[in-house]
Amino acid sequence: MRKWLVWLTWIPASAGMTLVAQAAQVRAADGGAMSVPLPGAAAGDAARGRAIVANRQVGLCLLCHTGPIPEERFQGDLAPDLAGAGDRSTAAQLRQRLVDAGSMNPATIMPSYYKTDGLEKVGANFKGKTILTAQQIEDVVAYLQTLRAQPGAAP
Amino acid sequence: MRRLSAAALIGVLAGAVHGAEPSPRKSGADFMSPSTQAMQRDDTQNPAMLWIQGGEALWNAKAGKADRSCASCHGDARTSMRGVAARYPAFDRAAGKAITLGQRIDMCRQGAQQAPALKPESDDLLSLESHVAMQSRGMPMAPPRDPGTRAAAERGRQLYTRRIGQLNLSCAQCHDDNWGRKLAGATIPQGHANAYPIYRLEWQAMGSLQRRLRNCMSGVRAEVPAFGAQELVDLEAYLALRAHGMPLETPGVRP
Ligand code: HEC
Ligand code: HEC
Ligand code: HEC
Repeated sequence: MRKWLVWLTWIPASAGMTLVAQAAQVRAADGGAMSVPLPGAAAGDAARGRAIVANRQVGLCLLCHTGPIPEERFQGDLAPDLAGAGDRSTAAQLRQRLVDAGSMNPATIMPSYYKTDGLEKVGANFKGKTILTAQQIEDVVAYLQTLRAQPGAAP
Repeated sequence: MRRLSAAALIGVLAGAVHGAEPSPRKSGADFMSPSTQAMQRDDTQNPAMLWIQGGEALWNAKAGKADRSCASCHGDARTSMRGVAARYPAFDRAAGKAITLGQRIDMCRQGAQQAPALKPESDDLLSLESHVAMQSRGMPMAPPRDPGTRAAAERGRQLYTRRIGQLNLSCAQCHDDNWGRKLAGATIPQGHANAYPIYRLEWQAMGSLQRRLRNCMSGVRAEVPAFGAQELVDLEAYLALRAHGMPLETPGVRP
């Protein structure tokens, strides 16, 4: 069961030491929606975002989600298909969910990718680190926005 | 009256949010492919039988300053060890805490045989443990009801429902709320502990329940307690209670 093994591999994936506090500032300044890129990040790159989502040790997304990434054979079914994500949510909503999924659904099993507080017993390799960096979040948001039934239509 | 119904309501809501213990209960083997199931069912195919044979040899081998074998005191394991594995972990008076079957065996090794400790996850310990567990195969899991064992299980239950690690997931969120679903390529089992120690194809070796629990913990990027840590023993005690009545399947095979 290689896939399970891979999930277990310890990788100091995120060099992102930025705190969610900064993200919260963005949100506050923006009246609740995270419509501007995270501090320090350039505009997202959809191709890089796709690679992050596809990578089980970096994005971890396909552990739970299925998505239109046919070359990845083993995809989870704990969460909605990512196809059409760009139709269902705005960039701000996607950013918000990635940064802190619990702020949209407190009972969610989806990890918060840009948050270090409120966590218990975090392994030493991961303590104080976010799962993704600000730039990686922007890249994933850019990729998710391309997941549309009708490319170009406003969500 | 008001307060009572509010409490009842909270109870209902909590139940709805956190789900409940799986029903009907299914053993981990039920989630495996037919070929892995066949390997577990057939002793001539089950690689764990090698460890069990090794365990039988150790059972009869004199060891330590006392120059005694397990058999010197316990006789034939087939009779003396029948049903023993089904009631571990158990509170141990001398130790003053709940201990696992492996720890109980090591107490005899160090105390009664006056031999060096058996290392966690060593082939010798896994062999003795699976040889002892084999004598309870098919018997219902029967965790003791004494207060010490129950207190350990209650602490284990709390750990089980607590979100941990960078991924912020609890055991219950996977094994109670999402069993049967796919986590990438792996089907999430209900997390019953009625087949350990197991032979795992991925490891190409035998492994203990604690090794499994430590893997689940590192999977969610949480702190991983050392083998034998009380947290792991407490979790084992809860898992035994959760699986009470299920037949012991040792030696299990896992993918
Ligand atoms: C451990 C499970 C898990 C992981 C890992 C995970 N998610 Fe999710 N995700 C969920 C669940 C469950 C939902 C459904 C909403 C909820 O429960 O909050 C969800 C919802 C979503 C949604 C909204 C779905 C929609 O279109 O309505 C998006 C977008 C999303 N996730 C993207 C991602 C991305 C991108 C990643 C990786 C960087 C990721 N998720 C990782 C479990 C997960
Ligand atoms: C993100 C999901 C997830 C979390 C969280 C999780 N597990 Fe697991 N667990 C799994 C999966 C998947 C397997 C099976 C892997 C395989 O055999 O391929 C498993 C296997 C097990 C098994 C072995 C069952 C058997 O039949 O062999 C036990 C016991 C177990 N987990 C207990 C726990 C405990 C206790 C915790 C919390 C400390 C925990 N798990 C946390 C996903 C999870
Ligand atoms: C010198 C005698 C002696 C030797 C040698 C010995 N034991 Fe024991 N063992 C005992 C006694 C006495 C008990 C019961 C202790 C008690 O109940 O307080 C016991 C208890 C046990 C138990 C727990 C039984 C139960 O019902 O809970 C197991 C398992 C066990 N021994 C395994 C072993 C193994 C395996 C070996 C060899 C590695 C071994 N013993 C060697 C004397 C011995």
